[in-house]
Amino acid sequence: MATTTGLDAPERPAGGPTFQPLSTGRKVKDRLATVLVVLAFLIAVVPLVWVLVTVVGRGIGAILSADWWGRSLSGVLPESFAGGVYHAIYGTLIQALLAAVIAVPIGIAAAVYLVEYGRGRLAKTTSFMVDILAGVPSIVAALFVFAAFISILGGVQSAFMVSLALVLLMLPVVIRNTEEMLRLVPDELREASYALGIPKWKTILRIVLPTALSGTVTGVMLALARVMGETAPVLVLVGYSQSINFDPFTGNMASLPLLMFSELSNPEAAGQYRIWGAALTLILIIMILQLGASVVSRFSAISK
Amino acid sequence: MAKRLDLKDVDIYYGDFHAVQDVNLSVAPRSVTSFIGPSGCGKSTVLRTLNRMHEEIPGARVDGEVLLDGEDIYARSSDAVSVRKTIGMVFQRPNPFPTMSIRDNVVAGLKLAGVRDKKKLDEVCEASLRGANLWKEVSERLDKPGGGLSGGQQQRLCIARAIAVQPDVLLMDEPCSALDPISTLAIEDLIDDLKKDYTIVIVTHNMQQAARVSDQTAFFNLEATGKPGKLVEIDDTATIFSNPKQQATEDYISGRFG
Amino acid sequence: MTERTTEQAPPQGPRDEDPAAGSATLDTVTDPGPARGGRSRGSSSGGRGERVFRGLTSGSGLLVVVAIAAIGLFLLVQAVPSLMANNANFFTSPLFDTRDPANLNFGIRDLVVVTVLSSLFALVLAMPVALGIALFLTHYAPRRVARPFAYVIDLLAAVPSIIYGLWGIAVLAPALLPVATWLQGNLGWFFLFAPGNLPVLTGTIFTGGVVLAVMILPIITAVTREVFAQTPRFHIEAAQALGATRWEVIRMAVLPYGRSGYIAGSMLGLGRALGETIAVLIVIRAATTPSNFSLFDGGYTFASLIASAASEFSQPLPTGAYIAAGLVLFVLTFVVNAIARVIAGGKVNG
Repeated sequence: MATTTGLDAPERPAGGPTFQPLSTGRKVKDRLATVLVVLAFLIAVVPLVWVLVTVVGRGIGAILSADWWGRSLSGVLPESFAGGVYHAIYGTLIQALLAAVIAVPIGIAAAVYLVEYGRGRLAKTTSFMVDILAGVPSIVAALFVFAAFISILGGVQSAFMVSLALVLLMLPVVIRNTEEMLRLVPDELREASYALGIPKWKTILRIVLPTALSGTVTGVMLALARVMGETAPVLVLVGYSQSINFDPFTGNMASLPLLMFSELSNPEAAGQYRIWGAALTLILIIMILQLGASVVSRFSAISK
Repeated sequence: MAKRLDLKDVDIYYGDFHAVQDVNLSVAPRSVTSFIGPSGCGKSTVLRTLNRMHEEIPGARVDGEVLLDGEDIYARSSDAVSVRKTIGMVFQRPNPFPTMSIRDNVVAGLKLAGVRDKKKLDEVCEASLRGANLWKEVSERLDKPGGGLSGGQQQRLCIARAIAVQPDVLLMDEPCSALDPISTLAIEDLIDDLKKDYTIVIVTHNMQQAARVSDQTAFFNLEATGKPGKLVEIDDTATIFSNPKQQATEDYISGRFG
Repeated sequence: MTERTTEQAPPQGPRDEDPAAGSATLDTVTDPGPARGGRSRGSSSGGRGERVFRGLTSGSGLLVVVAIAAIGLFLLVQAVPSLMANNANFFTSPLFDTRDPANLNFGIRDLVVVTVLSSLFALVLAMPVALGIALFLTHYAPRRVARPFAYVIDLLAAVPSIIYGLWGIAVLAPALLPVATWLQGNLGWFFLFAPGNLPVLTGTIFTGGVVLAVMILPIITAVTREVFAQTPRFHIEAAQALGATRWEVIRMAVLPYGRSGYIAGSMLGLGRALGETIAVLIVIRAATTPSNFSLFDGGYTFASLIASAASEFSQPLPTGAYIAAGLVLFVLTFVVNAIARVIAGGKVNG
C-alpha cells in the first residue's frame, strides 16, 4: 500500500517510440477548433460583403447620374428619376461638423483632465460615466435633447438640435481616443518640459497635446464617421425638407439618413433608387473619413 | 550665474516609505559634484529634490532645507516652476520634443515663457548649441526634427535646451547611461566646459566617469532593502577614490561591494 | 530630525513647520495621501493660467457626469405627468395607446418582450461567432494578415444602421424565409418557434435578431480580441511546454484569462442591441395583437416605438408616454453597460 504514492512513473512499453504521437482524439479536437475558428471569421465576412454588394449594386446608377451631387429633390415628383441629394449631403456634413465643434474641445479637455489631473472619486466617476455615455442609445440622446431643449426650454426643431444630440454620441469616442493617445506620450517629455521651468498647463498645451495630435485627429474623424449615419436623432429633432436649407438653426433640413427614411414611404420605384443611392453616398463619405483617419494615424509623433 | 547649493537635514519619503535619510551636503559654484552608489540608494531621488522634480511622483515628500545661495527653494514664496527655471535638469534618456525642430527644441523653454523676439531666439539657439558642442553638427539642419539625431547628439541637444533658459545649476541624471563610449566622451568633455559657467551635479553609475569629471564625490548607500538610503561620505573626488574615510566607501569603490 | 512628524498639509504650496520645532525649516508638500489614478502630478502650484486651465479641464470632465445625470432627470421630469395620467398599468399592459390625450393607455409589457427577445437572440447568434473571430485574429491568423482582417471586422461597425435595416428587410429577410419556414414547420412545438402574431415569416423578431447579431458582432469581437491579445506570454509558453496543441493552449491559457473580457464585450453588444433603433424599426413589422413570446412575432422595441412616433411629438402628455418608455430604455442600457464595466475591471476601455 505504502508504495502506491502516485509518484510512480506510468508504465511504458519498453522500446516504444521516443516521441509519443498525439492521441487521435486530441488531434481531431485541435483540427476541429481550427476549422470552427476560421469558419467564424468567414461567417462575419459574408454579411459585410453582402451588404456592400447590395448597396453598390443598387446605388451605383443613382450616384453616377448627372444631377446626383449638384441638385436637390426640390420640385421633383415622387416617381421621377431625377434630382439629386446635395441638400442631404450638406445636412449630414453640417450637422456632424457643428456637433464636432462642440464635442471636440470638451472631449479633449475631459481627456486631459482624466489623464493629467484626475484623481480620487471625481475622476473615477467621470471615467465610469464616459463608458455609460458610450452606451446611451442614440434614440435616448435624441429624446433627452427633445425633453430638455424643446419641451422645457421652448426651442424648436432644427438641425442644431440634432447636433446637440450628436455631441452626446461623439463625446465618449473623442474622450477615449484622446485619453489613449495622451497615455502614450512618454512621461520623459513632460519631465523635460517641467525641468525647463514650464508650468504644467503650458506643458500640456504645447508639448503633450501636439505630440498626441495625430491620434486625436484620428479619433475625431472616427467619431464623425460614427455620427453621420445616425438616424434616430434626425427623426426626432428635425423635419425633412426636399430642398436645400443652409441655416442649421431654423427650418427643416434633409440629411442622408433622413432622406432614406422618408423615401421608404415612397411607393414608386424612384424611391428605391433614391434610397440606395443615398445609402451608397453615405457609405462613401464614411469610408473616406475612415481612410483619412488611418492615413492621419500614420503620422504619429510617438514612436514606440 | 553659478550659485552654491546646500542641503540641510534632507529626508525624502514616498508615501509612508522613508526613501532617503538625513542628507547634509554643499556644492560650490562652478564645480562638478557626482553622486555615486548602488542602485536604489536614493541618489537620483536626492537629485530630483534639488529642483522639485520629485513632486511629479505621487506621494513624494521632502523634509529639510535645500538652499540655493542661502535661499530655500521650498520657501513659500517660491514655486516649483520658477525653481526649475533656475535649476535645470538633463535626464537619463535623451528626450527631445518629437513635434519640434532642432531649433524649436533648443528655445522651447524661452518660447513657452513668452519670448517672441526672433533675433534673440536665434542668438540663444546658436549660443546654446555652441555651448553644448553641437553647433557644428546641426547648424545646417536646424529645421529638421530633433528626433533624427543620434543618441549622443540628442543628449547634447537636451543639454543645449537646458542651458538655453540660463539656469544657475545643472542637474544630470545618469546622462550617459544610454549612450555609446564615444558619445559619452563628448558629453564628459562638455561637462568640463560647462563647469566654467554652471554649478553641476551629476548622478552616475560609472565610477571612472565620476573620477574623470567631478571635483567632489558623494557616496550614497543603503544598509538593507527597505531601509532608507543615506549619504555615507562626501569629499574631494581624489580623496574619495584614493583614501576614503568609511569602510563602505572603500568596499564599493574597490568593487568589494555586497 | 528624521522622526519629525508631518501633518497632512494643504495640497499646494509649502507650509510652516510646527512652531514647537523652533526652526525655520519648511516642509514640502505633495500630499502623501493614498495612491491616485492619473499620470504625473504637479504640485506645481502655478499661477492663474494653471488654475484656469485646470478648472476648464475638470469642468469638462464634470460635464460628462452632469450630462448623464441630466438625461435621467429630464426624462423623468417629462415622463411623470404622463405616468400619472396613465389609465393602464405601465408595466403589465401590452397596449400603447396615446391617441387620446385625455385617456392614455400605455404599458411596456410588449416592448420589454420584443426588445429582450430580439436582443438576446442576437446575442446568442453573435457570441460564438465573435469568440471564433477573436481567437482567429489573435492566435490563428498569420501576423501579416491579422491586421487587415481585423480592419475588415471593424468595417462592419462602420456601416450605418439604417443601411443594415434596408438590407435586412429587402435582401436578408427573403433569404431567411426558407430557414424560418423550416424552423416553424419542424420545431413549431417549441414556444420560440411557434407561429407568431404576423401573417408572414419575414420582418419578424427572428429577422431582426439576425440583423442585430451582425451589427453587434464587431463590438464584441473588438473587446474580446483586445483582451485575448493581452494574454501573458508566459501563460501561453507554460502550456506549450507541456506539449499542448494549439486548441489546448487556448483552453488552458487564453480562455481563462480572457473570459471576463469576453463577457464584458458581450454585455456591451447586448447594450447596443437593446438600444438599436432604426434597423429594428425598418426590419420588424408592427403587429396588431400582443406578443406570444415567439421569434416569429412582430412588434416594437422601446427604441423603434419611440422612433415610429417621433413625427407626432406635439402634445405633452402623449409625448411624455414615449419619454417614459425612453427612460426605461435608458435605465436598462445603463445597468447593462455598468455591469459590463464592472466585469471588465481594468482590462478594457469599452
